Amino acid sequence: MWKVWIVLRPALSLLLAFTVGAAFLAIAGLNPIKAYVVMLEGPFGSWWGVTETVVKATPLILTSLAVLLPAKMQLWNIGAEGQLHLGAIGATWVALFFPFRQEPQWVIPLMITAGFVAGALWAGIPGVLRAYLNVNEVITTLMLNYVAVLWVDYLIYGPWKDPVSLGFPLTPLFPGSARFPTIPGTRIHLGLLLGLVGVFLVSLILGRTRWGFEIRVIGDNPSAARYAGMNLAKNILLTMVVAGGLAGLAGVGEVAAIQGRLQRGISPGYGYTAILVAWLARLNPWATVLVSFLLGGLLLGGDSLQIAMGVPVSVVYLLQGLIFFFVLGGDALMRSNGVAK
Amino acid sequence: MTRVSKPIYQDPPLVQMVGITKRFPGVVANDRVSFEVRRGEIHALLGENGAGKSTLMKILYGFYRPDEGEIYLDGRRVVFRSPRDAIAHGIGMVFQHFTLVPSLSVMENLLMGMDSCPFVLRQDLARRIEELSRRYGLQVDPRAKVWQLSVGEQQRVEVLKLLYREARILILDEPTSVLTPLEVRNLFSTLRQLASEGRSIVLITHKLDEVMALADRITVLRAGRVVGTLERAQATKEELARMMVGRETSLQTTRDPVPPGPVVLEVENLQARNDRGLPALRGISFEVRAGEIFGIGGVAGNGQRELGEVIMGLRPATSGRVRILGRDVTNRSPMEILRYGVSYIPEDRLKMGVAPGLSVRENLLLRYYNTPPYCRGPLLDFAAARSLADHLIAQFGILVPDREVPVRFLSGGNLQRLILAREIHIAPRLIVAFHPTRGLDVAATEATHRILMEQRKAGTAILLISEDLDEILTLSDRIGVMHEGEIVGVFPREGVDLEEIALLMAGERRIPARVF
Repeated sequence: MWKVWIVLRPALSLLLAFTVGAAFLAIAGLNPIKAYVVMLEGPFGSWWGVTETVVKATPLILTSLAVLLPAKMQLWNIGAEGQLHLGAIGATWVALFFPFRQEPQWVIPLMITAGFVAGALWAGIPGVLRAYLNVNEVITTLMLNYVAVLWVDYLIYGPWKDPVSLGFPLTPLFPGSARFPTIPGTRIHLGLLLGLVGVFLVSLILGRTRWGFEIRVIGDNPSAARYAGMNLAKNILLTMVVAGGLAGLAGVGEVAAIQGRLQRGISPGYGYTAILVAWLARLNPWATVLVSFLLGGLLLGGDSLQIAMGVPVSVVYLLQGLIFFFVLGGDALMRSNGVAK
Repeated sequence: MTRVSKPIYQDPPLVQMVGITKRFPGVVANDRVSFEVRRGEIHALLGENGAGKSTLMKILYGFYRPDEGEIYLDGRRVVFRSPRDAIAHGIGMVFQHFTLVPSLSVMENLLMGMDSCPFVLRQDLARRIEELSRRYGLQVDPRAKVWQLSVGEQQRVEVLKLLYREARILILDEPTSVLTPLEVRNLFSTLRQLASEGRSIVLITHKLDEVMALADRITVLRAGRVVGTLERAQATKEELARMMVGRETSLQTTRDPVPPGPVVLEVENLQARNDRGLPALRGISFEVRAGEIFGIGGVAGNGQRELGEVIMGLRPATSGRVRILGRDVTNRSPMEILRYGVSYIPEDRLKMGVAPGLSVRENLLLRYYNTPPYCRGPLLDFAAARSLADHLIAQFGILVPDREVPVRFLSGGNLQRLILAREIHIAPRLIVAFHPTRGLDVAATEATHRILMEQRKAGTAILLISEDLDEILTLSDRIGVMHEGEIVGVFPREGVDLEEIALLMAGERRIPARVF
């Protein structure tokens, strides 16, 4: 019985969210059914739409892993957005300043490495604070998001600004050797492969390794983990660092494939949507692929809605908020009835 | 609200519970239980854990509503919607876990939940409390904050609360589990006095000695049903034990002589601080030899927990030494200490011993996931883990439908079996056992004691820390008493003077320091 609920509950949450969302659309003077049709047609109505949905899903997969892995040990990483931006900075640094252009085959691996390391170090700050000083990671990860975005601003307005950009805050376009390969005719890029490898590795870590076992024991009962000789501080730091690295990879993909340069708005809040993805996926790594695709579609649908009906993209965030509300509400309801754990 | 119907007897008992049934998901906690309390009697409600004692009394206190059955007070039918209704009828209950507010004073705690006038004169209240304290031997400072009080004092406040509310029926749930022998004696004399004044007392307990010492009548519950009600004069301990467990039990543990081997654990002048940064251990020295059980008794909060934690590497020692098999392990990491062959039976099984959401298999793996053959490099070997789990489940008789069940579904006894199985399978050199039978029923306690005695025979050194003096006396080869972070006396098993131990536990006296 409760196994059915595991699938049914998120579905019901989505249904309720869209119902209440319809009411909001109606209040705004729109035909909700028409709006939803537009929102579905954009991402799922054509082959090109589907490929664009995959493009949006790519950073969601990576950032949701960055939320999921720490969440398995009851660490709440709200900072995937900031870690994504740091990953973008790391990759841009390599793309713009990598000295030996004669060996272009090394550029992309180095960008990926730099992006991972930058995101990892950024997440390492709250990691250290939590592991050794017990500072709440929710606050620190969230706050560092704003700092990360402002770092990007500083770089694109200042030292890394394209001298021929006519004053626009952009870095120069990356050379071709620093652009991710894509599937011809689409914008689906190497980042998707990174995401799928990430999913595979995270599920392997959690299910089959000693480290994953430690993560799950600590998440379930930190005292028992301590008594079993596990090093909590080390695990907290390591988990945060790896999570930050994964989110950093999402940033690499956005600059190396989609934008081709570092500029403002490289992420429409992927790192926040990732929290929703991880939760809807019930912290199952493989499920994040499917959920990322669905929510990627929602993001794309918002764009279509804006173009076709002149509705601000905010509608999408409103719907996201409603989905999150009903998902958490459903969880709370199940818990109080003693059905969920 | 109270519905009133015709009286059913001319001179009915004070409390009559008739045909009470209470079901919880998956269990019948009370099955057509009938129970009565007379005026001025001390009535013991005896049974193992999970027999339904607390549930029955929580129904009387209005905390639960029965699914079936009726309650009569003075022969009149009553229906309690909440404890408030029960309190209004003069029923009071002291729970196992106290319900005081730590940051408030004794006076303020007494006022809580009273519907009397909003303004109370402090002097009057203090005088009233002092009067009650004096009369019933319940000394406590009315102006002290509850967090400053010892557990024993807090219990006195709970009893005072009932008296202040003029309860006629006092229910006490396992009141002695947190007390020193001296405090137990004082509590008993208070209870006798209250009974002699015509108040009725229900004592929930599973300790036979208490029942024989205090009760007028005894009702035994087993698996939610009444086995029988006896006058104390007709009862014997053996018979009560049989009624509780449903079969013959041996109250004695067999004890083979084991010649003590080499020193396994050596603690030398150990000092450490508690969580608040205050000294918790003030220079403790002792040693435990192979094949020996060294029992440390004492009232909770005298440094026992800190001692265990320092030995296990979970709390830093500020000075002194811990040696295991001659190697200095002071302030080493827990993992390193575990690797020396140390096993730990934690005081709180669910909180410290297991990860409740993980399966039986995974919890059994907790000590082994870092050692071949259960891991290969960074990977775990599932097949090895499965066969380990099946082996331990069979060997230790852990009752589970299968090994993939989350352990939060296990009963206390099965949980302890799981922990013992895990900790003993490594063939430990030293076991640090903390309240190993707290909260276990008679059968599980027997099993635990038997396993510890087998380990002793196999040459394992065992440090047993327990508040249950009976347990210490049953198992230990030598007995140390701990008070305020010091070991204030050590006795060999033969010729133990209970009076002496009681006084030492209470801090009334100490044996001059020497090397034990």
